Amino acid sequence: MQKPFFAVDGASCADRANDDIGEAMRLRLFRTQVELREAEQRAYDLFLQNLVKGTSHLSLGQEAIAAGFANAMKPGDLSFCTYRGHAHTLARGVPVEKVLGELMQRDNGLMRGKGGSMHLTSAEHGVMGSYAIIGAHLPIACGAALRAQYKGQDDVTVCFFGDGTTNIGAFHEALNFAAIWKLPVIFVCENNLYMEYTPIGEVTAVKHPAADRAAAYGLEPILIDGNDADIVYRTAHAAYARARTGEGPSLIECLTYRHSGHSRADPAKYRPDGELEAWKTHDPIALYRGRLKQFGVSEDIIANIEADVRRIVDEATEKCKAAPPPPADILCTDVYADGGFAWRN
Amino acid sequence: MAELTFRDAVARGIAQEMERDPDVIFFGEDVAKAGGVFKATVGLYEQFGPKRVRDTPISEQAIMGAAMGAAMTGLKPIAEIMFSDFFAVCFDYIANEFPKSRYMSNGQLKCPLVVRTGNGAGSRFGAQHSQSVENWCMMIPGLKVVAPSNPRDVIGLMAAAVRDPDPVIFFEHKSLYPTKGEVPDGEIVDMLGSAKIVRPGRDATILALAMMVPRAVEAAGKLAALGIDCEVIDVRSLVPLDTRTILGSVARTHRLFTVEENPRLCGWGAEIVSIVADEAFYDLDGPPVRITTPHVPLPAADILEDMILPTVERIAETIRRSLSS
Repeated sequence: MQKPFFAVDGASCADRANDDIGEAMRLRLFRTQVELREAEQRAYDLFLQNLVKGTSHLSLGQEAIAAGFANAMKPGDLSFCTYRGHAHTLARGVPVEKVLGELMQRDNGLMRGKGGSMHLTSAEHGVMGSYAIIGAHLPIACGAALRAQYKGQDDVTVCFFGDGTTNIGAFHEALNFAAIWKLPVIFVCENNLYMEYTPIGEVTAVKHPAADRAAAYGLEPILIDGNDADIVYRTAHAAYARARTGEGPSLIECLTYRHSGHSRADPAKYRPDGELEAWKTHDPIALYRGRLKQFGVSEDIIANIEADVRRIVDEATEKCKAAPPPPADILCTDVYADGGFAWRN
Repeated sequence: MAELTFRDAVARGIAQEMERDPDVIFFGEDVAKAGGVFKATVGLYEQFGPKRVRDTPISEQAIMGAAMGAAMTGLKPIAEIMFSDFFAVCFDYIANEFPKSRYMSNGQLKCPLVVRTGNGAGSRFGAQHSQSVENWCMMIPGLKVVAPSNPRDVIGLMAAAVRDPDPVIFFEHKSLYPTKGEVPDGEIVDMLGSAKIVRPGRDATILALAMMVPRAVEAAGKLAALGIDCEVIDVRSLVPLDTRTILGSVARTHRLFTVEENPRLCGWGAEIVSIVADEAFYDLDGPPVRITTPHVPLPAADILEDMILPTVERIAETIRRSLSS
């Protein structure tokens, strides 16, 4: 087995004398990560109880990316996610109940059961959809950024996708499009080493699937430790600032690892022995818990955050279990803008 | 009133909407500085400038996706896909993204955009640059589908499409670009989902779309000389579909013919025939007849292409035979 990259590169960010992040943000970054972990772990438990149906794609182990990018955003910034989008949706402040409700096909879900796990959307939180066709949303994110540029609005558009996306045509079309028009869009590749079941390295011509392609579009190659929320947050912050000042798009590759399989149907037996365990020594939440302590945050404060999040997830779970299924009268609504589905007179 | 070509009407239709609404932007391959490969967008770049009228790379997915993202967040984009055959390389947006985002998000997202595209045969371009693919779009819940047959309707339906809050696929027949028609001065705004009776008649209803409309009218003229009085309806909009006008006509003439440029299977006429069979069966005095291109890819040679599409002669002869049997 290859040595995990973090064991080689190291990733020390703890410099108490020169703390550019600050305690308030650090506590937020921690809390977000814990919430994503707890909510997705709960989604998995509910799946085992057959209360979550269909498919679901968890980001367990990848929480630092969602937490870092979302917490560096301003209200009004836009997120475009993939089918592995629970974490990015929650990180924008969407209530756990709304997400679990959608996963559990309840009327209290974000889209009342009409979208499902792979299409989480909360426009009021800037979550402009989760897209389940690989690569589809990169061009769409370009369009949202084009609108901001055209109207002189200063929001940024952030588009998350996996390593597998870097091999589809839409990725390359979108990168070129964003670059030629200098669009305020940030492309974030979450490289969790496996496209679905196949290691990304086996099917990609370059070592770093996103970063090594950046030069082709005149962009700086950016490769970061995606399990360290501080590094992610700083990188996001810098990229957003560039975008807001008209310096154009960024492509950021975040190295990470998913603890579970591709989807709920996948036990991930294709992974070499010891790989998961090695990455768990670099778990983003354990890492960040240690970081907080290094910065002098007391165990009490940390434990309170963890307990509070657990309570919220527990309450959300009970509300979802008690919620009714969606009613039949929404079946044919919102096909067209008039609210209905009429295609003839 | 002025005489305008179909291609000039496209530019005037877009200009009318861009003048009215600063949120309307327009982009596609070679559409700006070159004025479009069919010269249907000449003058727009000069009139509205490089921010609103943009040349794109040859990236159909990026064009479609960017139009969608802009539409979702507040603009009213018009995107051009040069040939409708190229829908096949960006079909994800047509089939999965534009039409489903509103439904999947339970009404949170909107997608008010127009995709203009050069459609149809007659240019001797062969099987991958000549197809009539309206039915590729007609079958998808959430889309609207429009195909004008004359310069006036181009402007009116373009205005209706741009002002519509849903994604509209706007088919411009390539062989109609040089054709001329009278166009009134001033703003023209039409309504989607309104068919037009272009020739009233008592003996049979002929439904046609785009380039098949002038052919159907000509065929009706030939049939009139034989004492057969046909009503020709320009369907104009497949979604929404003006079934009221169609069923009303069938109730008067008691016979139905469709003239479709698309290959036979699952052409738009099949859906209309099924509606008429279902809802107006007892109005019919004979079987509905579909006059279509056969179930083949389109040939390139002029003589072959001319033979395979519904011709005026084939339309007239099919109707004559059917009515006299």
